[in-house]
Amino acid sequence: MSDLLTTVADKLKEKFGPAFISAEMDYDFPVFTLEKSVLYETLSFLKSEPELNFNFLTTIAGIHYPDMKEKEFCITYHLHNLFLNHRIRLKFYMPESDMKVPSITHIWPTANWMERQEYDFFGFNFTGHPDLRRILNMDEMNYFPLRKQYPLEDGSRDDKNDKQFGR
Amino acid sequence: MDNKKEFNQAEAEKVYNILNLGPTHPATHGIFQNILKMDGEIIVEAEPTIGYIHRAFEKLAEHRPYNQITPITDRLNYCSSPINNLGWHMTVEKLIGCEVPKRAQYLRVIIMELARIADHIICTTIIGQDTGATTGFLYFFQMREKIYEIYEEICGARLTTNIGRIGGMERDFSPVAIAKLDKFMQEFPEYLKEFQKLIERNRIFMDRTIDCGPISGERALAYGFTGPNLRAAGVDYDVRVANPYSSYEDFDFKIPIGQNGDTYDRFMVRIQEMWESVGIIRQALDKMPTGPFHADVPDFYLPPKEEVYSKMEALIYHFKIVMGETAIPKGEVYHSVEGGNGELGFYLISDGGRTPYRLHFRRPCFIYYQAYPEMITNGLLSDAILTMSSLNVIAGELDA
Amino acid sequence: MSIDIKPEHKPEGIEGAGFFATSLEKVVGLARANSLWPLPFATSCCGIEFMATMASHYDLARFGSERLSFSPRQADLLMVMGTISKKMGPILRQVYEQMAEPKWVLSMGACASSGGIFDTYSVLQGIDRIIPVDVYIPGCPPRPEQVLDGILKIQELSKSESLRRRDTPEYKAQLALYGIE
Repeated sequence: MSDLLTTVADKLKEKFGPAFISAEMDYDFPVFTLEKSVLYETLSFLKSEPELNFNFLTTIAGIHYPDMKEKEFCITYHLHNLFLNHRIRLKFYMPESDMKVPSITHIWPTANWMERQEYDFFGFNFTGHPDLRRILNMDEMNYFPLRKQYPLEDGSRDDKNDKQFGR
Repeated sequence: MDNKKEFNQAEAEKVYNILNLGPTHPATHGIFQNILKMDGEIIVEAEPTIGYIHRAFEKLAEHRPYNQITPITDRLNYCSSPINNLGWHMTVEKLIGCEVPKRAQYLRVIIMELARIADHIICTTIIGQDTGATTGFLYFFQMREKIYEIYEEICGARLTTNIGRIGGMERDFSPVAIAKLDKFMQEFPEYLKEFQKLIERNRIFMDRTIDCGPISGERALAYGFTGPNLRAAGVDYDVRVANPYSSYEDFDFKIPIGQNGDTYDRFMVRIQEMWESVGIIRQALDKMPTGPFHADVPDFYLPPKEEVYSKMEALIYHFKIVMGETAIPKGEVYHSVEGGNGELGFYLISDGGRTPYRLHFRRPCFIYYQAYPEMITNGLLSDAILTMSSLNVIAGELDA
Repeated sequence: MSIDIKPEHKPEGIEGAGFFATSLEKVVGLARANSLWPLPFATSCCGIEFMATMASHYDLARFGSERLSFSPRQADLLMVMGTISKKMGPILRQVYEQMAEPKWVLSMGACASSGGIFDTYSVLQGIDRIIPVDVYIPGCPPRPEQVLDGILKIQELSKSESLRRRDTPEYKAQLALYGIE
């Protein structure tokens, strides 16, 4: 698996140079971190480059790190090369002030709903997305519920007070 | 001839009907809304809306200790909850670096294959039901009851099983469970054969399902299909083979694939998978190794209740696990299992705290349901219903 | 082999050769109770257990309720099974309002009754916040036996209900609490 790490890292370094930040193994997954500015190019390169050929988008997940300055949000992509059974993870960090992410629906149509879901949860602004609306929550919702500052609980319950839990 | 398209009076005056299918429609088996633009009985455009049972699993998981997330995973794809449970346990085991004994792995394989059969029973009988063959539903559904009885012997619950523990199984199979399993293994092939004979070559069924809601392998991959629906389109991707987990590499089984990716192929792939599952369970029962049924990881494995009440050490560990005092390594893992509907992935980010920092579920239904409008456009309304039931979209997994 | 068939318990009345007289209310109640048409509002896990209840092993038809009415207009009993999210709430309420009187509501499972384990921002914390409920079935999900028990409870309610109950000011005041006219 570590050869996969070096192969992909070399390719990405060669192609993107300074925009390539780091490559590491996290358990059984090679993880690559790049600048957000090359997000679209990286993903289309990984798909179209015949030697890499990551043809399957497994999933997209957003993460919120409120304590990391200028890197509050992270978006991760899991790619899969079905022919050789190689899997990699890509990470792109961004500050809260600039949450514009290029949409990859043109590379993989399946990214459509995945991106809508991450928009719904975190508020990533996918530019170029054909139909960026909330998908799971109600349209009237005015916040992004998976950000860490918002509570899990529904505020309308009055039978759950701290007294019952000894707090 | 000029290239100008001739003005078509009929086309210009055409009036389309808007049909609101769902959210609670008797034929959709779940909560899905589709706003269809109809030209007579032909669907011109479809606009799905989802999220009607969004339960915020991902946020909820950030507030639950690791062992308490298992009951949440039950409710993802509730037709085959043991696969979700065990997939989650394996994810945590990967994070903490725990090797599960061979016997526990085999027990898990048996349970997961039973769950796969239970899942496919629902899907295949529902396809039968929607084509007008209610007999299949009433007859074959009895087998699901038998599987429930085995679950009850193993874990005490029927549907939301909460089966297994982090580090192995909660308990070994009791002699009663083994006896029930043996009986099931004798009866089930008979039932399956009869169900297959009833429907498989039935003229009405074939006419109804062949070329109904087809998708090509290429489009299916672009849409992120996995599981039986992808295999029906001719791509032989199965997580059990690609990334074997829980000793799946020890078993000899085939991956059935279809050709056209239509409803008939999806039905047949599921039927064949049930036969393969039967084979896997047989092999697992024959080759069942002896030994412990859980790993020796007291920091994570919940001790049995009898010991908690009688032994000091067990009580301490119980307290530590339940209160979330155990040290969990930091890191990120992605683990996927072959669920009833495809690759069910868990992307877990731990910051060492008592709850996950973030847990993302790769839910197969959510990902492939977005191809639904493309699959039903230019088809009949009644085909759209069949396409949905053959995709086996489970609302709980779709909306998380 | 002799089969022990118990006929439906006869209401109180005057009986003689060739006739039986009782109040209309009791006859109507008897008829209603034994042919309830449920509307299955199944959203999630509980719906699968309801399927098991419908299927051959538990067989809801034994209690005269196998005729599912998917149209609210002909249904007598609204069975809410599974999590109702806030997005779903208005739809549930609309279905309830579309049903004709007399109507009963059965809330199956923890989610429908109280939100269950999902005390989250997107889940309605119990359907009794938007519509009145007659019988709650606990469990996550309840066993089919419990569902049958719940339906029997509804039968008891409908059997003993006065024909004029739905016209009383108390009943209207109860509905007004939910904002339903």
